[in-house]
Amino acid sequence: MDRKIKVVIAKLGLDIHWRGVYLVAQYLKEAGMDVVYLGNKFPAEIVEAAIEEDADVVGLSSLSGNHLSLGPIVVDMLREKGLHNVQVFMGGVMPPEHAKRLEKEFGIQKVYLPDTPMEEIISGISTAVKNARLTGPVSYEIKSD
Amino acid sequence: MKLKVIDELVERSLNGDKLSIARLISMVEGADEYAPYVMEKIFPHSGKAYYIGVTGPPGVGKSTTVDRLIATLCKNQYSVGVIAVDPSSPFSGGALLGDRIRMHVQHDKMDVFMRSMSSGRVMGGLARTTKEASRILDACGKQVIIIETVGVGQSELDIAEATDTVVVILTPESGDSIQIMKAGLMEIADIFVINKADRPGAEDIFLSIQGMLGRTLLKRDWDPLIFLTSAANNQGIEALYEGIWSHYRYLQQNSKLEERRKRQLSQELRSQIENEFAQILWKDVLKKKDLCRIVDDLWQRRADPQNMARKIVEELLADFGQSGRLRKGS
Repeated sequence: MDRKIKVVIAKLGLDIHWRGVYLVAQYLKEAGMDVVYLGNKFPAEIVEAAIEEDADVVGLSSLSGNHLSLGPIVVDMLREKGLHNVQVFMGGVMPPEHAKRLEKEFGIQKVYLPDTPMEEIISGISTAVKNARLTGPVSYEIKSD
Repeated sequence: MKLKVIDELVERSLNGDKLSIARLISMVEGADEYAPYVMEKIFPHSGKAYYIGVTGPPGVGKSTTVDRLIATLCKNQYSVGVIAVDPSSPFSGGALLGDRIRMHVQHDKMDVFMRSMSSGRVMGGLARTTKEASRILDACGKQVIIIETVGVGQSELDIAEATDTVVVILTPESGDSIQIMKAGLMEIADIFVINKADRPGAEDIFLSIQGMLGRTLLKRDWDPLIFLTSAANNQGIEALYEGIWSHYRYLQQNSKLEERRKRQLSQELRSQIENEFAQILWKDVLKKKDLCRIVDDLWQRRADPQNMARKIVEELLADFGQSGRLRKGS
């Protein structure tokens, strides 16, 4: 089944910076994805949206320093709810060593720091979704025999 | 084997498992090859919910109003399903779906399932997909289904075909009465809402809608209600809520609801038949014909499209008469 990639994207917590997230949402749309933009939401609401929307990807924008506190919570809650296939991406401003920790220790697929070319974000998301769809757990992802 | 997986998905959905419901909706949305099997399993369980359509031009406050209605419905112990449709880009096919920005559902206290859809993603037409998705929510126990679409052209007619009560939302800035008459919203609305009524001009548009509803040749035994609201300030929502249910009670009298739904089903059946025919035609029959050569005939003015089409169909029908059925393939 060749579904369009569905992305649920949010500003994490009370972060008010909108320009980056708008830009990414716009570009993903132009790359042919369905982007559900949530505005400001906390982890529980983001996870609920990912469930109901049958999302492939959750994108989190963080520029206010909450990346290490709230980011990992989103990943944990997704897995807890059985969404093992959803890839979590982050973008925003944070120390590069934090970005590495998020990727290595906390299950964030990739963190995109400022000045990342948009093509890199688009291809990163597309590739991750393609791989996840191929290897996803059978119980949830329907597979042909 | 795959059917078994789907059976399990359906079973879990009917028991309210959100992950499974979401996946079933994705299947009908993407016109999965097993989508007809899903609907075969789901349809017998549907038909219990009350379907409300909400439409209107962009930016009038549809999502905010829907958010308030959800809260009011939940306060009154209803479980609610929401399908929110936004347009998709005709160029990339992608979409930016923003209806959830306005939604503030407390999932521990409220029984709500909300799904965003892009109009371009829905194969086989908006009407069909929203109908099937809302039937899934209906079958899985949602008592009230709200379908929200941007009213620009065809979609508001689709919403009228898929719902029991149509709510059309406008604002004081929605233009003069001619603009509203042009928009084709007058014919389908059971309820009008003038949102952002705290702004100047609300009274004027109220009066012009009222006036237009009085001057019509349409025979209706339901007089559309008009409400003034300011959804962002939570004003007028209770009255609107009561108005919506009064339309539902009206439908229940003299089996009006049955009449309306039967009419919709018959319309749906017709378009499905056309759909099936078109598919057979294009896939199995016409591929035998040399369309390029025919187009060339048209280009050279040796024939005209209308008569050529008629000739082709007549040939097909003759074929049909001989074999007893449309010959598939070879």
